[in-house]
Order: sequence, then C-alpha cells, then structure tokens
Amino acid sequence: MSVAPAPRLRGKDLLGIDPLTAPEIQLILDTADEMAKIAERPIKKVPALRGKTVVNLFLEPSTRTRFSFEMAEKRLSADSLSFSSSGTSVEKGETLLDTARNLEAMQPDFIVIRHRYAGSPHRLAKVLRSSVINAGDGAHEHPTQALLDAMTIRRRLGRLEGLVVAIVGDLEHSRVVRSNVLLLQRMGATVRVAGPPSLVPAQMEAMGCEVHHRMEDAIAGADVVMMLRIQLERQGRMNFPTVREYYDFFALTPERLRLAKRGCLVMHPGPMNRGVEIDSRVADGPQSVILEQVTNGVAVRMAVLYLLAGGNGEPTAD
Amino acid sequence: MQRVQILDAAGIGKTLARMAAQIVERSSNERLIYLIGVQTRGVPLARRLAKLIAAATGVEPPVGALDITLYRDDVGPWRAAHQQPVLRSTDLPERVDDRVVVLVDDVLYTGRTVRAALDTLMDYGRPKAIRLAVLVDRGHRELPIAADFVGRQIPSSRSDDVQVRLAECDGEEGVWVEKEVEG
Repeated sequence: MSVAPAPRLRGKDLLGIDPLTAPEIQLILDTADEMAKIAERPIKKVPALRGKTVVNLFLEPSTRTRFSFEMAEKRLSADSLSFSSSGTSVEKGETLLDTARNLEAMQPDFIVIRHRYAGSPHRLAKVLRSSVINAGDGAHEHPTQALLDAMTIRRRLGRLEGLVVAIVGDLEHSRVVRSNVLLLQRMGATVRVAGPPSLVPAQMEAMGCEVHHRMEDAIAGADVVMMLRIQLERQGRMNFPTVREYYDFFALTPERLRLAKRGCLVMHPGPMNRGVEIDSRVADGPQSVILEQVTNGVAVRMAVLYLLAGGNGEPTAD
Repeated sequence: MQRVQILDAAGIGKTLARMAAQIVERSSNERLIYLIGVQTRGVPLARRLAKLIAAATGVEPPVGALDITLYRDDVGPWRAAHQQPVLRSTDLPERVDDRVVVLVDDVLYTGRTVRAALDTLMDYGRPKAIRLAVLVDRGHRELPIAADFVGRQIPSSRSDDVQVRLAECDGEEGVWVEKEVEG
C-alpha cells in the first residue's frame, strides 16, 4: 500500500512567510489547531520540548508577542529566558552578532528575536546553529502574527481560499501587512488594502494587492477586515493632518462595517488605539475576534516551536 | 517476503466479541466504563467494542480518541534522526475522573506507546482505574507493561511486520504477518 509522504516543515528556522509553501502553512495551522486544545485541559502542559532551551531576544518593545512566546514555551515544557535591550550588554554597545554568539555559547536550541532592523533574524540564522524564529524585524516580516491571523480566520470561516480580506491603516510602518499579504495570497485569498496615500507604500500594488484610497471601497463585501494600528509614537513626521481626521476617513465604525459581508470578521493585531483606527462599538462588538487572535497566538507559536524542534536542522536556503 | 493472514474480518469480529464480554465480566459497574482508543486504529476498535458492550449490557459506554504524539519518547531530544510526527486529534467527550478507562490499541509491541498514553491520560484527570485492551500482542516488551484484555497472541520476531487493517481507515480488514524470507 502506498502512503502519501507526511507533510513537514523544511529548514531549521522560521524567518518569514515568504519561504513557506502552502502545504507547510497548512501543516502549521493544522498543528496549531491541536495545540489549542491543550489550553482547555486541566493540565495545560505537554512534555514535547522537555530539555529544550529557548532564548527570547526582544530588542524592541513588545508585551503581547513576548508573553505569547513565553506562554507557548512553558506549555511545551521548554526552559526559557527572556532578554530585552534595556539593562543588558546591548545597552553597552555590543553588536547583535556578538550578543547572539555569546548566547549561543550557552547552547540554546531556539532564539526568538524581535529587532528594529529588517533582516536581523536572517543574519543570525546564517551564523548560528540554533533555530531562529523571527518575532518581527523592522517593517519586514512578522510570520507568527500572520499565522495566528490565518488560524483565527480559518477557525471562524472554515477556509482561507476564496475569501476577500481588507487590510486598512498604516501600511507603511507595518510588518504585519507584508506577512499577512504573502500568507493570504499563497492560500488563495484576495487582499485589498486601504490607507491614506502617505501611508501606502508603492510595493503594495507590486505584491498583487488591490489598493484603495477610500476605505469604503476596500471593505465593501469583504469577509474579513483587519485594522492596523496607527503608530502614534512614529507620527512625529505626521503623515495625516489630525487624529480626528484620520478617524473620519479610516476608522472602522459600525456604519462602515455594514458595507462588509454579513458576519464579516473584525481583526486587529493590537495594541488598539480606540477612537483612532477602530471604534469601541466595533472592537467590543459581536464580529470582533481580536481576543481570539491573542488566544490563537499561543497555539501557533507552540506549533512552530514543536515542528522546528522535530525538523531536520538543515540551514534555511536563501 | 512472505505474507500470512492471521485473522480475517470474521475472525476480528469474533475476537472483539470475546474481548467485549471479558471487559463486562471484569467490571463491577458497567456505567463506569469509558473506552479510549489510541490514534489511529485504536479509535475504530474502541467504537466497535462500545457497540458490543451496549448489546450485552444495554449501556453504551462513551468512546474517546487519544493522540499520544506530544508524549512520545522517540521524538525530540532523545532521537538523533529528527522527525515531525503529525498530531492527530484528541477528543474526550467526557471527563476521565473516577471512570474505569479501557485504553484500546491495535498492536501491543514494545509498550512505549502505552507508557505515553498513560502519561497523556493522567494529564486529563484521575481515572479510578486504567485497563489495557489490544487486538494483537506480538511480544518484545521494552517496558514493564502488560495488557488486561488480549485478542490474539502472535509470536513474532522483531524483523516481522505485524499489520492490522481495519475497514474504517484502511479499506480492508484483517491481521497479517509479513516475514522477511532469506535467500
């Protein structure tokens, strides 16, 4: 009897969505669905990664993503350590590569890295034996965020193929967008984007997105609306006149949500600016799956850690 | 290669009927019985035993499915040859606390799967007792584990391939032993 080859995740690292194939994405999502059940048991822990060590290297502020990785590591019985840039040698001027080499000298199995410069995780992955997981590099990629978004959509709507997903907001500074566009398109969804012209990079069109400058056009008939955070702390340069005006043109309000498909999901990667990009009545409304995204984030990160731990350790191809 | 059939569909049916009778006979209270199949072939076997027990006692015990992958000892840090076993579903419709759980699997061999299954179950609660029912016991235990209900003892050598095929997952039904023939 011939048996179909078991699906597997190639390579030792997860650096982005770009290198993943559709069957690999599917394997991660299927594994995450099973991991989610562990949170519902009396004992929320399995021994799968017993004896593995994970270093969480967060060199840019993050609460949600770091906690989510730490929770995933604990649920799989891995030992983990978390570093942030303040109070460590990074503050004393050590280079990223030296920090990472020093950490590797202590033989961790995984390094989870968040860094403000695009490509930092790739640089580390090339020189380190440890598996490297990208937890966000500059405005480049944030693969586990895209995976948890996809998991949330799939659990609610049953599929990704054929869906219309509208992503609205600051597309310029967001790493979430890039990873999400790559993943959703690879799985057969259509992606529309909308934002003020000053916050829509030219590459959105090149990536095959439908680009709109009126939010209403992007969300009309959509199955999912993903709102992006306006990074108020980066708005010193002010890409739009006032927060109030932004709300008037690009906030998701109950009135605008009515343009989308009935039962359309409302998503936000967090942290939200209520009253800026999203109205509280929508954020807390029945169509919002924002907190489910957080729950699913732990399951997706468990799946990635588990699959990489069982991987063949081959270096990631360029 | 030499393939010998040990049981056909009728033989499996008869064997399971005898096992169901033994499970009922051993239990002081049928209402406590909870059949839990180990993924994958233990699950249809547990379902069939439940029907047979229902026919004999009038009470159909609940049936659960257990995936033991995350508790295995042959993946992760212990193994040089890495692999990524695919997770199957765990589905326990009722709590295991204070029940007499009968773990069901197709083949008992080294006993390592059963060790993993016991650890998995314990993380779901505290059963009153756990018993083990297997369709085939082929010997070669590597751990001090024994079955309470055995359908068929099949003496085998380690190089033999003992194959259980069930209509629900394989499209054919029977038990075979495949031996390597030298020369």
